[in-house]
Amino acid sequence: MADFEPVLLRRVGRPLDIWAYRADGGYRPLEKALNELQPPQIIQMVRDAGLRGRGGAGFSCGLKWSFLPKDHPGPIYLCVNIDESEPCTFNNRYLIENDPHQVIEGVLLACYATRATTAYLYFRYEYGKAARIMQQAIGEAYAHGLLGDNILGKGLNVNAYIHRGAGAYICGEETGLIESLEGKRAWPRIKPPYPAVEGAFRKPTVVNNPETLSCVVHIIDRGADWFKSLGIPSSDPARPERGSYGPKLYNLSGHINKPGTFEIPMGITTQELIDKYGGGVWKGKKAKGAIPGGLSTGILTAAEFDARLDYDDLARYEIMGLGTAAVTVFDEDTSIVDVVYNIARFFSHESCGQCTPCREGTGWMLQILERMRAGQGRREDLDILADVGDRIGIIPGTTICGLSDGAGWPIKNAVKKFRAEFEAYIKSGQKKQTVSLALAHH
Amino acid sequence: MPEQVQLTIDGRLVTVAAGTTVWEAARAAGIDIPVLCHQPRLRPVGVCRLCVVDVGARVLAASCVRACEEDMEVQTTSPRIERSRRVLLELLLADHPSPCARERTTGDCELEALARRYGLLDRRYEQGPTRPIDDSSRVIAVDHNACILCDRCIRACDEIQSNEVIGRVDRGGAARIAFDLDQPMGQSTCVSCGECAASCPTGALTNKPLARRTGESGLLPLVPRSQTTAVDSVCPYCGVGCALTYHVRDNRILWADGRDSPGNEGRLCVKGRYGWDYALHEQRLTRPLIRRAEFYPKGPLSRDVRGTPSPPTPLPPGERGERQKTPLPRSGGEGRNGIVDYAEVLPAFREASWDEALDRIASRLKAIKQAHGSAALAGFGSAKCSNEEAYLFQKLIRAALGTNNVDHCTRLCHASSVAALLEGIGSGSVTDVFGDARLADVILLTGSNTTANHPVAATFFKEATRCGTKLIVVDPRRPDIANFAAFYCRTNPGTDVAFYNAVMHVLVTEGLCNEDFIRDRTENFEALRDLVVDYSPERMAPVCGIDAETIRAVARTIGGARAMMTFWGMGISQHTHGTDNARCLIALCLLTGNVGQPGTGLHPLRGQNNVQGASDAGLIPMYYPDYQKVGDPAVRAKFEAAWGVPLDPAPGLTVVEIMAGALEGCIRGMFMMGENPFLSDPNINKVRKALSKLEFLAVQDIFLTETAEFADVVLPASSFLEKTGTYTNTDRRVQIGRNALVPPGEARLDWQVLCELSTRLGYPMDYTSPEEVFAEFASLTKSYAGLTYANLGTTGKLWPCPDPDHSEGTKVLFAERFPTPTGRGRFVPCAFQTAKELPDGDYPLVLNTGRLLEHWHTGTMTRRAQALDALQPGPFVEVHPDDLGRYGLADGATVTVRSRRGAIRLEARASRAVTPGSVFIPFHFREAAANVLTIDELDPYGKIPEFKFCAVRLEK
Ligand SMILES: Cc1cc2nc3c(=O)[nH]c(=O)nc-3n(C[C@H](O)[C@H](O)[C@H](O)COP(=O)(O)O)c2cc1C
Ligand code: SF4
Ligand code: SF4
Ligand code: SF4
Ligand code: SF4
Ligand code: FES
Repeated sequence: MADFEPVLLRRVGRPLDIWAYRADGGYRPLEKALNELQPPQIIQMVRDAGLRGRGGAGFSCGLKWSFLPKDHPGPIYLCVNIDESEPCTFNNRYLIENDPHQVIEGVLLACYATRATTAYLYFRYEYGKAARIMQQAIGEAYAHGLLGDNILGKGLNVNAYIHRGAGAYICGEETGLIESLEGKRAWPRIKPPYPAVEGAFRKPTVVNNPETLSCVVHIIDRGADWFKSLGIPSSDPARPERGSYGPKLYNLSGHINKPGTFEIPMGITTQELIDKYGGGVWKGKKAKGAIPGGLSTGILTAAEFDARLDYDDLARYEIMGLGTAAVTVFDEDTSIVDVVYNIARFFSHESCGQCTPCREGTGWMLQILERMRAGQGRREDLDILADVGDRIGIIPGTTICGLSDGAGWPIKNAVKKFRAEFEAYIKSGQKKQTVSLALAHH
Repeated sequence: MPEQVQLTIDGRLVTVAAGTTVWEAARAAGIDIPVLCHQPRLRPVGVCRLCVVDVGARVLAASCVRACEEDMEVQTTSPRIERSRRVLLELLLADHPSPCARERTTGDCELEALARRYGLLDRRYEQGPTRPIDDSSRVIAVDHNACILCDRCIRACDEIQSNEVIGRVDRGGAARIAFDLDQPMGQSTCVSCGECAASCPTGALTNKPLARRTGESGLLPLVPRSQTTAVDSVCPYCGVGCALTYHVRDNRILWADGRDSPGNEGRLCVKGRYGWDYALHEQRLTRPLIRRAEFYPKGPLSRDVRGTPSPPTPLPPGERGERQKTPLPRSGGEGRNGIVDYAEVLPAFREASWDEALDRIASRLKAIKQAHGSAALAGFGSAKCSNEEAYLFQKLIRAALGTNNVDHCTRLCHASSVAALLEGIGSGSVTDVFGDARLADVILLTGSNTTANHPVAATFFKEATRCGTKLIVVDPRRPDIANFAAFYCRTNPGTDVAFYNAVMHVLVTEGLCNEDFIRDRTENFEALRDLVVDYSPERMAPVCGIDAETIRAVARTIGGARAMMTFWGMGISQHTHGTDNARCLIALCLLTGNVGQPGTGLHPLRGQNNVQGASDAGLIPMYYPDYQKVGDPAVRAKFEAAWGVPLDPAPGLTVVEIMAGALEGCIRGMFMMGENPFLSDPNINKVRKALSKLEFLAVQDIFLTETAEFADVVLPASSFLEKTGTYTNTDRRVQIGRNALVPPGEARLDWQVLCELSTRLGYPMDYTSPEEVFAEFASLTKSYAGLTYANLGTTGKLWPCPDPDHSEGTKVLFAERFPTPTGRGRFVPCAFQTAKELPDGDYPLVLNTGRLLEHWHTGTMTRRAQALDALQPGPFVEVHPDDLGRYGLADGATVTVRSRRGAIRLEARASRAVTPGSVFIPFHFREAAANVLTIDELDPYGKIPEFKFCAVRLEK
């Protein structure tokens, strides 16, 4: 097993209450920050540490905080994105169910750094247990003077509220989340303006993933250099900001012997994760491929498992990014058409339907795959799939949010990387039963 | 932020105001970027992504939402962009039913046009229709298969009309537009304004055909725009005066579009958009008619006009047996049909030539004049007619018949408001336009069911509330617009004076008045102050039914307003104390300085399309054109000189007085053009007697109205849609209505009929066109001076307009002084008085009357417009559910409503818009005419009847 001593998961198995957390040294980084550091210094430390967002996009956390307008009269809001709806992803749930105060401490540090006075913790509806644990922890924090007015007697005022969503993937997109928080339907907003300028209730807003915020606690505690000592620097010396640093939670699921959540320094290869942490592919089979970071990121073939799971290296295999670092393995007997069909069904269902390319494109890809599975596929369909998959999204610039990039990416990956299998499938006109890929959560 | 930014678009340097979108900037530079979800009248949302351009960033940007930035370099086309557009269009076309309903009708589906432009008629993806069709709306066809979810309809309904009916259901590929909570459109809260269909780029929402075929059943299909003639005109119905365009082919209007004008900004309501087919109704009169000798003595002919309570008068032999064989079609109130059955009425008349008919009128009127003097004659013009017709009509009555007994339905709507305004601020017209409600921070709206009666004006009020304007609604019957109100005050019926005096009490006692304005611009403040000190909110609360705290809160909101605009309707004016009500509103505005600035002012919402203009043109007994006093010898001399005849120095009688005169026998001969007093005047049973008693009555109208049943001669007139003339809306906007159709049969243009008749009466009139009439009228006025058809153009001018070649005219009046003798506005304190007929043990309920969105006045036009008739087919009385229970009545049961003057039978409908103790009846329906019940008591100043208050009871 790992020689690495867990940081984010160090308290797994310890009691959840605030006394235990404090006894384990919790809230001391906060005290330290309030006593010794000014907000701009914290932002600088987070930047220096090279902390990139754990929610999917991998944007530099310190840089995002620095986009807030200076001298804004307030209020400024922090939204913690616990919508975690990317299939096969359960990092945030694990983190919160095992150590809620670590997240609250991260929230407080972020609020101090950004001068936010209100934090909304947006939970996907299905995370009832996590939300209840968090509610309990928030209550304790208020009782201990760690939330509310004049926190730790240092003049910091932060109120925290839990908001539970109503079950849509799109609520995790940061502006969809904000709309939903405001009581509207979660239709992502057109950017610019970005939330840092005009977010919740038209006020400057920071949206962060709870894992990102948890990292902040340890950056304050152990320093930016420590954080940077873990992980992998950028392969491009001209763009040092593209490095992948710090500890990372990885999810492993699918056709694997030991699925689970593992904390590992950034940059482990796919193969190593599967073999060393997941105990290899199940039933002694070989892997056909894997989804490296949530459905949105794309599909790796087994031959590409040397890819490092970081922000940089996956691009070698035309993978969109690290995403949520949730690896789902499928074995050699899995039909790629079924895999892709399941993916298409998910995105067509979850597209908010606002922008035409996404709504129509996801619908089309699904219909073509349905037809294929009904034995009526045509070879031209593959080009259409690749074409549509390539044309929808914010990267080609045809949609409002990234959902559609995520919808197109795995499909165009699959068509390219598994073209022979698709062609054989179409040719044989076979009707396959759905072999349900373990898309459900762990 | 810089005011201007400079950027290049396709290599061209352009400078635009900061905040301009790339799409707007490109358009201004003459560069066309294709769009689907964007429409300049709507807030851009950037959802279809067709308009993407390259702004030099990593990703393409939607130009309809992307603001221009300094030094931006925009490429509106490139292989990458075109590929993106093509894929997008292909996806949309995949399940588009081509040709869709829009392409098949008006031929302007924007998606199919783009498909042609991009050469995408061959499909790479295709799919058959899988989505539902909704045919439930009377006017709009919904085909979800053609919908591209551009959300233009949603924004049109929400942002333009503020009706908030359309939304979306479901997500992703299953997403669909939906009405309310996914109701069929026809069963939703949709008010059929048609704005959504007008905004839809595809065949998803299209207008249904409404044009009748001649002589056959069925309707004419819509045809491509290119195959119609577009006639720019205005709406014939209400005082909002919406600009619209009729699309005409083969003497048939096929559809109407809203037209951009500073007044309505392209908006229409159901009447304007779907209510024009009446003109081709089979009952149009096409030849002059003369009453047959057997049908004297005169009396009502049809069963509805005879009235149910009294036994029917026997029909002459021959007619009777035949008629009874064909039972009347049954619908509406007492199982009777909406419009007159010509079989009951026509046999009483024979067709005649124009010469005979006109000679008959001329000789009979002359005979009465000779025997009894000019004072025995009277004329009713109409606020439906143009300024030119109104001018000629009053000129005919005054110059040819020699009497000032000329009036029109303004008497029935805003006479009291005008009386109060003339007295208070020296002018009866509005002081600011309704569109300026957007500039107000408080709107006071009282006695007005605006969404029904001035629907397009209401859209501006609703819109203002979305931008922070506070709306105060005061009305005993809860109007729908109260949904948008910051305060809705449900006053007790007939207690407006008590309420407003209490509001003014708070303003005065809490120091919330505009003292500078009072000092510099007004007079008689002390008298008002001395009166209102006795009207504390605490004292008035039990009288008006609004608690003292609310009265104070309303007063403070008014007192704190930077700009307040006051609008009122007939709930204020149609009372025996209507003038007092209006005086209070005037005092309120003077007290707070809310007159004379944009976003302030007094605006009585005018009812008829040309009630302002007909009054301006002198269709009132005490004024020549432009409110020049009949009693003023200098004025009289001016008109005697202009018209070349001596004129009667005595002011004439008003509408209800003329009817009373007919009953008493002092009015013997009448000429009516386009008026239907039988249904519109109070106390119909009395009107029936009066009309029967007239020695001679000539009626000029487009249908055989209820009033025409009492006529000796009936002249077939031309409808609004067949003639050209000017009409002045509630804002004082003078606009040209242009003829779209040719009159049917021998029907003639009204101005020509008036000239003919006048000539035969010995006062020759010789005009060659309405334009010439307008020039004469304008030359005799200050308000219209300088206006000509040429400078009115397509969107008209607001009078006064001193510089018509360069200006729109005057929105805001009286910025500096009022046109009163002292130049000051006058406070007229009014003590509270109760209504004339209070409820008692025998008649315990208060009756309120009014209108419905879909109908116009006596229904002559709207009940012959198929869509409007289908939407509101029959009469009903709104009763509070508690009262239904109290009287043991079921919702939907047929009931008798009885007053001291008569009774009608109609359907009872449960409604919480009325309070317990009061009922409401729309007055459009001849088969259960509300005015059978109303009281003919008059306001002493405005001579307006009390339509809004009388005592009734309900019987099973
Ligand atoms: C369709 C879609 C779904 C997303 N769902 C999540 C989510 O569930 N949780 C999350 O943290 N970020 C999610 N994101 C990313 C957020 O938009 C945002 O980038 C993130 O919350 C920022 O936090 P970070 O910078 O701390 O990673 C999603 C993005 C998209 C486009
Ligand atoms: S890309 Fe898809 S999910 Fe995102 S806003 Fe557009 S339609 Fe909605
Ligand atoms: S007709 Fe008017 S009210 Fe009805 S849905 Fe369309 S826009 Fe809305
Ligand atoms: S009905 Fe028409 S306007 Fe409405 S979303 Fe569909 S295509 Fe657009
Ligand atoms: S608001 Fe009045 S003028 Fe405008 S369309 Fe409706 S009825 Fe006609
Ligand atoms: S027109 Fe710009 S996105 Fe639709």
